[in-house]
Amino acid sequence: MNQSDDTFARVEALIEPFNKKSVAITPDTRFQQDLEWDSLTVLDFVASIEDEFDILITMNMQAEIETVGQLADAVRELSKR
Amino acid sequence: MSDLLSKFDSLIEQREKLLESGVTDPFNLVMERVESPTVAICNGKRTILLGTYNYMGMTFDPDVIEAGKKALEEFGSGTTGSRVLNGTYVGHRAVEDALREFYAMDHAMVFSTGYQANLGIISTLAGKDDYVVLDIDSHASIYDGCAMGNAQIVPFRHNDVDALEKRLNRIPSEAGKLVVLEGVYSMMGDVAPLKEMVAVSKAAGAMVLVDEAHSMGFIGEHGRGVAEAQGVIDDVDFIIGTFSKSVGTVGGFCVSNHPKFEILRLVCRPYVFTASLPPSVVATAATSVRKLMHGADKRAHLWENSKRLHGGLKKLGFTLGTDEPQSAIIAVIMPDLETGAAMWEALLKEGLYVNLARPPATPAGMTLLRCSLCAEHSTEQVGEILNMFAAAGRATGCIQ
Repeated sequence: MNQSDDTFARVEALIEPFNKKSVAITPDTRFQQDLEWDSLTVLDFVASIEDEFDILITMNMQAEIETVGQLADAVRELSKR
Repeated sequence: MSDLLSKFDSLIEQREKLLESGVTDPFNLVMERVESPTVAICNGKRTILLGTYNYMGMTFDPDVIEAGKKALEEFGSGTTGSRVLNGTYVGHRAVEDALREFYAMDHAMVFSTGYQANLGIISTLAGKDDYVVLDIDSHASIYDGCAMGNAQIVPFRHNDVDALEKRLNRIPSEAGKLVVLEGVYSMMGDVAPLKEMVAVSKAAGAMVLVDEAHSMGFIGEHGRGVAEAQGVIDDVDFIIGTFSKSVGTVGGFCVSNHPKFEILRLVCRPYVFTASLPPSVVATAATSVRKLMHGADKRAHLWENSKRLHGGLKKLGFTLGTDEPQSAIIAVIMPDLETGAAMWEALLKEGLYVNLARPPATPAGMTLLRCSLCAEHSTEQVGEILNMFAAAGRATGCIQ
């Protein structure tokens, strides 16, 4: 994983308002099992990521993303396009 | 050997726990006799039906019944074939003619259910590299259509025009785009801001499909739905509808003015690879659709019923899905599944049937008692319904 940019930090900051259980965020934190987000929380969180980076993360892509690290990687990839 | 059904263990456990409490199984009710669109016998008890989607009460219309009997005698009990082989009878053409007239559109295609209409049209229109932009609260048949077509799915927050517009603008401009909306959302009974949504969709170069299953027959000047009521029906590319609600039988359809529409009959798998509707069903549907063209008085009474029930429930202290009645669906929000099931059972004991709706069908994990009104509910029946809600609500502690 590329740690040289601030993508992970920006993603982490956007997780905070939805991190009701104050889970410590690492690249391996899982959205479903660790953060226990429901579908509406996921929708709002994805929208905030999309707005922050001006990208589109389709449901098809979301299905492949389990951890915060994977999301940061996907955001980096999508931001390049 | 791994048991493939073990993935449902948590649901099995939840159900067992609920039923152990002694509550009647809300998903196992049997209607022993049906007296009219609004009354049935359940567990030997006369029960007012307030959860049938039978909005216009056409199921016992004498002309509709007569047409069905005649077709059953003349054409037999079933077609035993696909629409594209031996399954298109004059009756199938006749109901498609009735739909074209009802909607004033060039093309109509009838499916065996409303679910199949969404499954078929969406999966055929939107393929792997196309984008379907949809409201997060869309019906299961819409999501399943997207999955079957393998389209890129882009959800947006319920009824949020800005969220829709932002997402549309982020899709590559050359990609195929289908925006899927519903006129009335069936869980909360709220209406979509179609005027604004259709405008932003068209500006982004997207095609628009609107599912008007829960509005046909009574919303809009001619009963064509929310798109008609909001003056944007001419900008909608495809309207999906069903015969299993206001029309009063079973079946689904798509109407459109697209010049290439007819090719869909050959490429749409849920249309091709299933048996067509029985002759009696299409005969009842055609008769009912034609009668709905002249249903202005019934429509007015249905709206009166909806306003009266909404106002009455609000006054009793129930929390409702919408501040004002927007359709013939009124959703009563329950604090949790246990209370919802207890309230559902208390209403049934009073002699009232409503739908208990729970996740994943409901948005935001809510438990709802969903009421759908009928144009054939009398003013007295609506009064009876309110009394039953008052008694059941107090007995279960839902209201003071």
